[in-house]
Amino acid sequence: MNLLEVKDLHTSFFTPSGVVKAVDGVSFNLSKGTVLGIVGESGSGKSVTAYSILQILTHPGRIVSGSIKLEGKELVGASEEEMRRIRGNKIGIIFQDPMTSLNPVFTVGNQLMEAILLHTNRNHSEAYARAIEMLNLVGINEPDKRMKQYAYELSGGMRQRVMIAMALACEPDILIADEPTTALDVTIQAQILELMMDLQKKMGMAIIMITHDLGVIANMCDEVIVMYAGKVAERGTARQIFYNPRHEYTKGLLNSIPNIDSDGKERLIPIAGTPIDMLNMPAGCAFAPRCGQAMKACLKQHPEEVWVAKDHLSACWVNVREGLKNDAIETGEGGKIVRIDTDKGEKHE
Amino acid sequence: MNDNAKRPLVDVRDLKQYFPISTGFFQKKPLKAVDGVSFEIQKGETLGLVGESGCGKTTVGRSLLHLYTPTSGEVYFDGVKVEEKTLPQFRRRAQLVFQDPYSSLNPRMTVGDIVAEPLDVHKLYSSKKERDEKINSLLHMVGLSSEQATRYAHEFSGGQRQRIGIARSLASNPEFIVCDEPVSALDVSIQAQIINMLEDLQKKLGLAYLFIAHDLAVVKHISNRIAVMYLGKMVELASSSELHRHPLHPYTISLLSAVPIPDPDRSRASRRIVLKGDIPSPLNVPSGCPFRTRCNRATAICAEKCPEFLEVEPGHFAACHNI
Amino acid sequence: MDKPLKKNPLSLQLDPNLFQPATEEEKAQQIVTRESVSFMRDAMRRLRRNKISMACVVILVLMTLAAFVLPSFYPYTYAQQDVTAQYLAPMQYSQKELAKISQGISVFPHLMGTDSLGRDYACRVIYGTRISLLAGIVSAFIVVVIGIIYGAISGYFGGKVDMIMMRIVDVIYSLPDVLIVILLSVALKDAISASKNLFIMQVGAGLISIFIVFGLLYWVGMARQVRGQILSIKEQEYVLASKSIGASPARIIRKHMIPNCVSVIIITAAMQIPSAIFTESFLSFLGLGVSVPMPSLGSLASDARSGLVSYPYLLIWPALSIFLIVLSFNLLGNGLRDAFDPKLRS
Repeated sequence: MNLLEVKDLHTSFFTPSGVVKAVDGVSFNLSKGTVLGIVGESGSGKSVTAYSILQILTHPGRIVSGSIKLEGKELVGASEEEMRRIRGNKIGIIFQDPMTSLNPVFTVGNQLMEAILLHTNRNHSEAYARAIEMLNLVGINEPDKRMKQYAYELSGGMRQRVMIAMALACEPDILIADEPTTALDVTIQAQILELMMDLQKKMGMAIIMITHDLGVIANMCDEVIVMYAGKVAERGTARQIFYNPRHEYTKGLLNSIPNIDSDGKERLIPIAGTPIDMLNMPAGCAFAPRCGQAMKACLKQHPEEVWVAKDHLSACWVNVREGLKNDAIETGEGGKIVRIDTDKGEKHE
Repeated sequence: MNDNAKRPLVDVRDLKQYFPISTGFFQKKPLKAVDGVSFEIQKGETLGLVGESGCGKTTVGRSLLHLYTPTSGEVYFDGVKVEEKTLPQFRRRAQLVFQDPYSSLNPRMTVGDIVAEPLDVHKLYSSKKERDEKINSLLHMVGLSSEQATRYAHEFSGGQRQRIGIARSLASNPEFIVCDEPVSALDVSIQAQIINMLEDLQKKLGLAYLFIAHDLAVVKHISNRIAVMYLGKMVELASSSELHRHPLHPYTISLLSAVPIPDPDRSRASRRIVLKGDIPSPLNVPSGCPFRTRCNRATAICAEKCPEFLEVEPGHFAACHNI
Repeated sequence: MDKPLKKNPLSLQLDPNLFQPATEEEKAQQIVTRESVSFMRDAMRRLRRNKISMACVVILVLMTLAAFVLPSFYPYTYAQQDVTAQYLAPMQYSQKELAKISQGISVFPHLMGTDSLGRDYACRVIYGTRISLLAGIVSAFIVVVIGIIYGAISGYFGGKVDMIMMRIVDVIYSLPDVLIVILLSVALKDAISASKNLFIMQVGAGLISIFIVFGLLYWVGMARQVRGQILSIKEQEYVLASKSIGASPARIIRKHMIPNCVSVIIITAAMQIPSAIFTESFLSFLGLGVSVPMPSLGSLASDARSGLVSYPYLLIWPALSIFLIVLSFNLLGNGLRDAFDPKLRS
């Protein structure tokens, strides 16, 4: 059984200007101990997906439909009481800006112990010992001194370590990291990512890493989901996504980022157009107006998610076109496409 | 004359920018944002400037343009010293592109007026028709259309606003543009568009850039030479390829290895040098070499004497006692 | 080598023609751009949607029209006395008037009754409203002009200049304004009454002293607001951009700072008017405002004090008028503040 199963999740924001379908039919599974990366740009819905799992959406957002199962137990529709038992306990979360996530009027120690006291039945001194243990674990020196300090006294990297300590204090099964290193300097980012990988090996929790940085994804993640405009564009292992992308958006992203290792001054191949306006979504595939391979089918209807290899899923009409060309489409009941063998055509070329 | 041909467009000599910060009642401590930086930029060249928080790279850009009055040091532009009386000319020939496309455009002005501001300030047209024509050609140069001149900035996306900012900086026909993190606030898919555009404009108009950024991959792509800064001092300067192939300063080495490569196999195979500790605050710069608190090569001399910025190899400068 | 697309017999919904590339026009059609709207228009639209603010606008427009236009058409004047028609209740006729009516002459009713000297009260209230509105608007204008200039200079130059200017503001703020207003009014009234200037004589010493007092004391609120706004605008990058282009301070203030202060100025001015009217009212109430026989809402209220129990309507009408004006301006000010608030802009 998968640790986390998200099926056809729909989350929308009901604003005065209109409905924004921030998450528009997202499904994925997370197994124990896996590091899953969700990559996308602003407006892709990656953060909203995470907030939907923990049900910490801000008004006017709410889950419209879909299912989120944690170890088989349904979270959508669960009571606030049940969700509170899960937050910080079974699922921990760290946010982008540690300055605003830490309460400026309480000490670090106070906030660390809060989570421990809430979810476990340790007494005060046991919780204190556990907090010190956590601070040591995340590589903060002089933990006794730090427990008495306030957020503003710590540097950005330290604050993020404290956030990680808080999130992991109750040994959750899943850690959600929402752009944890975007606000940090590169050398500090390297420290934090290394720490997260260390902890993941030690504690065996699953991580959902949300970021727009493909470098971070390549470095840390086993599986990757690429999101665009609230939908899953592509899903697969890290190697599949980077070495064998099967969605025009993924291909575009990989072509447009400068590679620090490349020697020559090859021109970047940007993705044309501008990001979508979530209030005025086009019919059909949301990426089509910017896609170099856009076809009439793309403008008419949004492509369905189809398996293109083992554990590799993509929602792109180009795969269907190539599949038709190479006669590599496998259909199921009702003529619905089940699989496209995308490697088939390549062998012949 | 040979001198003229080799004379750099921008010549910065020992630039220092200190900001007095009050640390207590009647007590003031200088924040040494830029502490003695020297470099040259040739005509048509791109010099990249990288570093992390507190290194002073943004301040270098603004001090160079005399948006802050430098505490000491000199800036020569095309052989002429930049000071009070030469400032108006300088302002026409050297421009600045900002990081934040949301706050760098006046929300109450139309796009046309924003782009034409340099024209208005320096009176670079003789009739309204000429002004409109210039606005249109500037908008076209950055990939926008003339109809958009009557719109307001808030109606555009981040990438488009950045184009407007760039169009504005081109209005007075400058020769040198300081690009202060021009793509950091943009989505990844838009960054490439803007980078390509900047490169095209450089080729077309012969512009020189000081490209300030924290994204090393972007800087390497667009720059001819790269300078690395740490806590107000320049620690290394070399051509882009040389800096990556053969970095000399320990900070540069760890900085380069810290950048995550978007390639799963290479990323996990590469050895990363992870620095210990945090970046010190610019208010409390360590004595001697500012990097010594995190350096794995630090020796006794590093605490006593700040290393000089020397040409270690032809065209390759570094400031370290232990290279 | 482009093999023709084979039609898979099982996938009936896939028409091979759909896999032809889409043209640029087709792609462009998918993108809907929202219509262009400037900040001011956007704010006005939001204001129009606010029903309370619109109601206030209607009330104020009607009152202004009534105050400035009606007296020309009104059958009575504010100074016309008729001792036979004293203290008539609203819509009541005096004996003399009743006699006239029975003779077939039409007599315009006293809509609000008459006062102690038989003057038609409706006319006096309307005229009083005119005086009050004038006082309010002119005072607000003086406050706005002085406040903007002072606040802009203080905010723009900052440092010592700002510190000194703001300390002056603090001193003025901490003065007991009511006391000063009264003292100044008394002192100025004598000086102005001695003047032979036609304009001054027409407007009246009372009003002029009110204007002077406002010009001296009441601009501080506006100055502070404008200074605060300028300080925050100064930090915006588009100001730095303008500097880097080489713009002079005058141009920066004129083109970048003041236009972005407009919302603050309009709101503060809208709130200034009721306060000015209120001040004028109580000055007139104390006898320091307009002089007899010119009525102002305050002086009418003051005169109504004697005989309050027997003829309460003499107080109710002017009080109601003040109440409506002040309330409308205050609510309108609130509505304007909401309309200009960029946070509400989606």
